[in-house]
Amino acid sequence: MAQSWLCVGRLLYSLPPSLKWMTIRMAEYSAFSLLKNALTGNKDWRPAWRKPDPKASYDVIVIGGGGHGLSTAYYLAKEHGITNVAVLEKGWLGSGNVGRNTTAVRSNYLLPANTRFYEHSMKLWENLSHDLNYNVMFSQRGCLNLAHTPAQLDDYARRGNAMRHLGVDAELMTTAEIARLVPALDVSATARFPIVGGLMQRRAGTARHDAVAWGYARGADRRGVDIVENCEVTGFLRDGDRITGVTTTRGEIRAKKVAVAVAGSTGRVMRLAGIETMPIESHVLQAFVTESLKPFIDTVLTFGMGHFYMSQSDKGGLVYGGDLDGYNSYAQRGSLPIVDEVMSEMLALFPGLARVRMLRSWGGVCDMSMDGSPIITTGPLPGMYLNCGWCYGGFKATPASGWCFAWTIAKDEPHDLNAAFTLDRFYRGMVIDDKGQGATPRLH
Amino acid sequence: MLITCPYCGPRDVIEFTYQGDGNRQRPQPASQNLDAWNAYVYDRLNPAGDHNEIWQHSGGCRAHLRVVRNTLTHEISSTAFARGDHNSVARHRAEDKS
Repeated sequence: MAQSWLCVGRLLYSLPPSLKWMTIRMAEYSAFSLLKNALTGNKDWRPAWRKPDPKASYDVIVIGGGGHGLSTAYYLAKEHGITNVAVLEKGWLGSGNVGRNTTAVRSNYLLPANTRFYEHSMKLWENLSHDLNYNVMFSQRGCLNLAHTPAQLDDYARRGNAMRHLGVDAELMTTAEIARLVPALDVSATARFPIVGGLMQRRAGTARHDAVAWGYARGADRRGVDIVENCEVTGFLRDGDRITGVTTTRGEIRAKKVAVAVAGSTGRVMRLAGIETMPIESHVLQAFVTESLKPFIDTVLTFGMGHFYMSQSDKGGLVYGGDLDGYNSYAQRGSLPIVDEVMSEMLALFPGLARVRMLRSWGGVCDMSMDGSPIITTGPLPGMYLNCGWCYGGFKATPASGWCFAWTIAKDEPHDLNAAFTLDRFYRGMVIDDKGQGATPRLH
Repeated sequence: MLITCPYCGPRDVIEFTYQGDGNRQRPQPASQNLDAWNAYVYDRLNPAGDHNEIWQHSGGCRAHLRVVRNTLTHEISSTAFARGDHNSVARHRAEDKS
């Protein structure tokens, strides 16, 4: 017993000042609440979110109980005082891409609109566990893009300079520095694709994706937001052009504002509102995890001669992924040729992993926009707000996406940070094409 | 996933290259109709269900194919040559192999 008190004392001593203050105010999750509940048999914990029946009407309905929908509801309540909000989720909370991604968080973009937006997201990530009083296990272990040709390294230098110009951290690494950072990497000149350097963002890293969904859900719930699971939207209620609510599998729900944040299902939901075409295609992206290994790599690594990225989870599994399967799909499962391709890219970098066994693979449906950048906007119909086009980089955007979308919903106009992410930018020729390779639904 | 090429019969998907949405209508090159160009370059039907799409048998006979494939189940209901003046249609059935 004396020993456990000592542990609690040590824990409190090691907490940052902001968390100590929250502890004194008896935050729901704290060392004190942990101790109190441990002493009372853990009978008093409340569920992280309620299971309310939907009310007849709300100020705002958010369609989609994924990361972006939940963070939108959270910031609507926290930043704008709009708490009469429902989040409608067709399945269970976090069953889509927020629980299917490879957890990387970074802000290493080239173009200013993207860089500013993702850097805002990074700053929200850096305080997210404290803000939510929920440990999202944000780990700034860095993200290293490997360069395999001098031209590619020049391109990375250009992107790194663009990032630093906007106040984002970036540094070029030499092959020797990379070899020290990732000893398992084949950095020899005889490697299949020799490594000539890399671009590192030290503040990038990973976060526990499920905890992000659960933390935002609890934060929104405690501020009065109704999170309604197993409630699929089947149509929109309209007054002329204006959207006035939704029909769902749990009845009609009216709202002054209806916000759509449904990622891969964007095409299906917009069709319910009579919008037949969007600058988006839905594609399946696979992810993989190996059996647990001893500490092997402590950064997020990306391959420059193909499409491959890898990190190691706290459980020890290598978490990695590659390219889209390549054809339109709403099926949350992938095909074997991509499994083969991703494995071969992994072995090109790490020949030593040849005998490591793959534990699981899964697929998520990504809303691939035609320029690789997202859409956060009012409209396209009166009373409607749209958040989509996350390609396969939506997880890292979760905080800023919700923050900007909440602003857009509350004020009926975009924040400066998402002003460029319009739906009509394609028509106006104002695409945000970070790779500079033209319209294709394969960018990110 | 198997795609039945009208020339070559059922072949593994790795022999094929996806060429995208087959519903798009390319305007005449001299067209100045911005709506038509915008629709061609950017707008997609993106259906959850049967999707009309173009594939090339790049690892085989190199023919361009018009394929109707379900985006929810990946089931292929028809394949045909994409060239408009070619009318032969191969149904995605095993007996068509012979």
